[in-house]
Amino acid sequence: MTCIEARGLRKTYGKTVALAGLDLTVDEGRILGLIGPNGAGKSTALQAILGLTQYDGELKVLGRNPWTERDRLMADVCFIADVAVLPRWLKVSEALDYVAGVHPRFDRAKAEGFLAKTTIKRASRVRELSKGMVAQLHLALIMAIDAKLLVLDEPTLGLDLLYRKAFYDSLLNDYFDRSRTIVISTHQVEEIQHILTDVAFIDRGKIVLDCSMEDFEARYLEVLVGPEHLAAARALKPIQERQLFGRGIMLFDGVAHEKLAALGEVRTPSLADLFVAMMGAEAVQPQGAAA
Amino acid sequence: MSPASDATSDPLAPDAAPPAALAKTRPFYWSVRRELWENRSVYLAPLTVAGLGLLGFLFSLHGLPHAVRAAKVAAAASAALPADAALAKVAARAAGSLAIPYDFVTGVIFLAALAVAIFYSLAALHGERRDRSILFWKSLPVSDLTTVLSKVAVPLVVQPLVVFVVVIPVHLVMLAMGTAVLSLNGLDPSVLWTHAHLLKIWLTLPYGLVVLSLWYAPICGWLMLVSAWAKRTPILWGLGAPLGLCLFEYLAFRTQYLWQLLLYRLRGGFAEAFTVGGEGRVPINGPEQIDLTRFLSLPGLWAGLVFFVACIAACVWLRRRREPI
Repeated sequence: MTCIEARGLRKTYGKTVALAGLDLTVDEGRILGLIGPNGAGKSTALQAILGLTQYDGELKVLGRNPWTERDRLMADVCFIADVAVLPRWLKVSEALDYVAGVHPRFDRAKAEGFLAKTTIKRASRVRELSKGMVAQLHLALIMAIDAKLLVLDEPTLGLDLLYRKAFYDSLLNDYFDRSRTIVISTHQVEEIQHILTDVAFIDRGKIVLDCSMEDFEARYLEVLVGPEHLAAARALKPIQERQLFGRGIMLFDGVAHEKLAALGEVRTPSLADLFVAMMGAEAVQPQGAAA
Repeated sequence: MSPASDATSDPLAPDAAPPAALAKTRPFYWSVRRELWENRSVYLAPLTVAGLGLLGFLFSLHGLPHAVRAAKVAAAASAALPADAALAKVAARAAGSLAIPYDFVTGVIFLAALAVAIFYSLAALHGERRDRSILFWKSLPVSDLTTVLSKVAVPLVVQPLVVFVVVIPVHLVMLAMGTAVLSLNGLDPSVLWTHAHLLKIWLTLPYGLVVLSLWYAPICGWLMLVSAWAKRTPILWGLGAPLGLCLFEYLAFRTQYLWQLLLYRLRGGFAEAFTVGGEGRVPINGPEQIDLTRFLSLPGLWAGLVFFVACIAACVWLRRRREPI
C-alpha cells in the first residue's frame, strides 16, 4: 500500500522556490532517508506531508489530504520536528496525561515502560532535562503511539553520539515492525545508512535520486584504484574521484562489479560520499550543522 | 511487566488488536487543562491577591468593634429621629462601611484576574510559535479549532469561574474573622451579617462575571488575534494599533468615533451592567435591580460578539498557517 504519494509538489516563499515540482512515492513498511543540502526543501517537503504548510500539486498521505485533514491524519501519523519542540514548562507526567487524553492510539503503559529505562523523573519539567533526555522523552511518547507513519526531521540534532545511537537503536528494535513507515531527514547520513530501506536525495526542491538501498548498493560502487590502473579507471567515467592517503578513490554509477574488481578493491560507497559526488561543492559543509 | 517487550513480541501482526489504551479521548478538556498547566497564574494570581486581601483585613480588624458601635449608635439615633434625613444618611453610611472590605476584596480579585486574562490572551497563540512547541502540539490529533476554543475559554470561562470560586470562601473567612472579633469584644456579631450584604454580592457576582465576559469578549478576541498574527511584541500591536487608528482618525477627519467606540467598550461593561438604566450614574443596589433584558438587547453587546466570533475565526485560520517564529 502506498503511504505517501506526492506529484508535482510546489511551494514558494516569496521569490524563493522551496519545492519545484517534487515527486515522491513511499510505500508502506519502508524506511526512507530524505537527504539534501541546507535549503534544498527537505523540511518544506516534510511540513507539506504533515499538513503544516500549504502547497500546490497533489499530495496524499495515508489516503488523506494533509492540509485539509491534519487533525484526523495525526491520529495515524507521528512526527518529531527536532529535539527542541517540547515546551519547556511541561512536566513529564503532564506530557503523558495530555497525549493520553487527546490521542486515541496512545498506549500509556508502553510510554511508561520506555521511560522506566531512562533516568527521567515524572515530576521533572522539560527545562530541567538535558537535550538527550528531552529526545528520549519525545521518542517515548511517539513510540507509544500506534501510528502508521513516523516522520523525523533532524530528530537527533545537537545530541551526542551515545544518544544518537540509542535513539536509532530503540527506533529499530522497539518500534519498527515492517508495517509502519518511517521517513527520516538528517545531516548525519552515515548514522542512518544501515537502517534505511530507501534513500531519496533532494536538491533545489526536486528529487534527484530515489532508489531502494538494494538498488543503491547494486548501482553505485567505490573502487580504491591502485596507481597503475588510474588511466583505465578514468576511462570508465567515474562520477567522482578523490584522493585518500595517496590512493585514488573513484565512485562509479552503473559499472559492472567484475570490471571494477580488476582495478582495485571494490566496496559500497557511503551515502555521504555519493551525496557529495552528486551535489558537488555546494553540499560541502560540516556534517551536523544546523539546518 | 515489560511493555517494551510487548511492543516487539509480535511485530508482524500490528493490526491484530488495537492498544488497550483506546479510551475515549477528550481533546477540548485536555487542551484546557494543558493551558492551566502552562498558565498557573490564572488561579495563582487571584489566590495571591485574595491572600493579601485577607491579610490586610486581618490587620484592619482592630477597628471593627469601633465601626460596629458607631453604626449602632447612628442607627439608634436615626431610629429615634426618623424625620432627620441627614441622620439617616449618616446611619446608612456607617452601616455601609461594614461592607466596604467585602466589596474591596471582590474588586481586587477581579482586577487580578482581569490582568492575567489580558496578558494570557496576548500570549495565547504567540508563545507556542516563539518556543516552537506549536510543532509538538500540531503533531497530535487536535484540530486548530479545538485549540483556539480551548485557549479562548481560559480568559472568558475559566477565569470568571476562578474569581467566583475564590471570592466566596474569602468572604466567608472574613465574616468568620469579623464575627470572632466582635464576639470577643462583647458585641452582637449579627449586625455584621445583615450589613455586609454578602448575599447581595454573591448573587450579583455570577451575573456580573457572565455579563462582563460577554461584554469584554471582543477585546479578548482582538488580543488573541494579535497573538496569532504578530511576529513579535503582540502587546505593542494589541494596544498600539487601536490607539494608532484613533489618532489617525482624529488627525485625518477631526472626528473621534473610534475613540468613543473604544471608550464605550472599555467603560460600558461596568456602566451597562452595574448602574441603573446603564447610564453610568447610580450603581445598582442588589440583584433586584439587575435588568438582564435591557443588557441582552444592547446593540453594542451583539456587535461586540459578532466582532469576537470574527476574531476567533481569524485565529483558527491563522493558526493553521502560521509557522514557528
